[in-house]
Amino acid sequence: MNSISKYFSDLFKGISSLWAGMRVTGKYFVSPGQIVTQQYPENRATLKMEPRFKGEIIMPHDENNQHACTGCGICEINCPNGSIEIITDRVPNADGKLERVIDKHIFHLSMCTFCGLCVKTCPSDALAFGQEFEHAVFDRHKLTKVLNQPGSSLKKEAKK
Amino acid sequence: MSEEIIKDVIVRENEDYIINMGPQHPSTHGVLRFEVCLKGETVKYLIPHIGYIHRGIEKMCEADTYQQIIHLTDRMDYLSAHINNEAVCMVVEEAMQVEVPERVKYIRTILDELNRLASHQLWWCAFGMDLGALTAFFYGLRDREHILDIFEESFGSRLLHSFNTPGGLMHDVHPNFQKRTKEFITYFRKKLPEYDQLLTGNIIFQERVKGVGYMSREKAIAYGVTGPSARGSNLACDIRKIAPYGAYDKVQFNEILMTEGDTFARYQVRMGEMWESMKIIEQLIDNIPEGDFTAKMKPIIKLPAGEYFKRVETARGELAVYVVSDGNKTPYRMKFRSPNFSNLFVMNELAAGGKIADLVAISGSLDLVIPDIDR
Repeated sequence: MNSISKYFSDLFKGISSLWAGMRVTGKYFVSPGQIVTQQYPENRATLKMEPRFKGEIIMPHDENNQHACTGCGICEINCPNGSIEIITDRVPNADGKLERVIDKHIFHLSMCTFCGLCVKTCPSDALAFGQEFEHAVFDRHKLTKVLNQPGSSLKKEAKK
Repeated sequence: MSEEIIKDVIVRENEDYIINMGPQHPSTHGVLRFEVCLKGETVKYLIPHIGYIHRGIEKMCEADTYQQIIHLTDRMDYLSAHINNEAVCMVVEEAMQVEVPERVKYIRTILDELNRLASHQLWWCAFGMDLGALTAFFYGLRDREHILDIFEESFGSRLLHSFNTPGGLMHDVHPNFQKRTKEFITYFRKKLPEYDQLLTGNIIFQERVKGVGYMSREKAIAYGVTGPSARGSNLACDIRKIAPYGAYDKVQFNEILMTEGDTFARYQVRMGEMWESMKIIEQLIDNIPEGDFTAKMKPIIKLPAGEYFKRVETARGELAVYVVSDGNKTPYRMKFRSPNFSNLFVMNELAAGGKIADLVAISGSLDLVIPDIDR
């Protein structure tokens, strides 16, 4: 007799606990306004990342195709993974003296861990984080990027 | 005494029926292999095989400067990345005898607790999913997203946010940080009771976790189990209480202790800790002092020759960092005492004699993060 009453009490306890959970899910079922799911590939046009988002490393250029990188190599030294490579060149300036300019600022996105040390330690604020986050490509060589645009030059005021 | 508690010799026999759980099993939450010996449905013994994602972080640290080490510690226990960062930063600050500003201490403590909340939420999702409650998975992730959004706004990354740096923070928190954190706390105070309605009170869930995987207090001490898993066995081991760091000495909170020692007790400890974390954040969030976000540090940090040790409480237990410096800009030796490593090896004791279906519940209740075990 005792086992039968235990069987039924367990049964009702089970149904009531199930009902408690179902009430929560049912509440969201009848009020779709509380659903927070984002329809990702469809909402690309409106999807905005935070301004501080670390998507990739970029070198901002101004309207005259000028950047602030002097090629000092501090970012290269500070990078823990060797994802930055700087190839510098020496060209004569107006006074005829040889001056260091960057030829290529190479960034290996595939090795980067986004620790932010390069951006933080850059003395002339030449690097920044970009908001781009869709990095999937079919060929991994496409993940090696040259940050300085072709034909770009050093900002004159950044030199001082 | 320890010989009685620790069954350190497992005798393999030829006629043992061995089944491998893992390396890639949904409930091991990482690349971990359990060699399970079965007798019918009963587990005879269990041997964890680790090392599938060993990256040699301790060795890599020896080649990196102290600023560069930070980003490696993110990748040990990725769910409490901020707390791992803080451990290394505190060792360096102690060795350099740098007093970090009060603002940094407050922000670090708030972020620690947010990190702990996010970690416990993900544990709750995954624990529910291991035991067949898929709804729990989505509800937990929904709330975790709010914390990750706060992180993303302030540091630019959601999970591995190398935000601490020796001496302070990489940059100041976002101006919206206080407002959004307070909004989140009021939001989550309403949502946390839903967790209890969905999972804690559920009869199927209770039948599967109550009385399963009993760990005595002595066993927890013998195996070096720490964190919520040990507090479920009535072992008071919270570093935040024993050796307060950051702003933990300025806040009032309870250390959740349970005496049962079973899977359900460990579950209840973590649920209780979520309430306590919210209490800590509420006490600190309005009182963040103004000031610098970093102390003055030299660009090249050279620790004076010697040994340094510091421990923190991550979401899974006690993380201790031990540094030997020979005066160079890189450490001579770096040793991490990670909580998950000790928590994993008590598995045999908990699972042996039980059913194989309970194994999932036990490994879920220990909340293992495999990269922290392998390092």
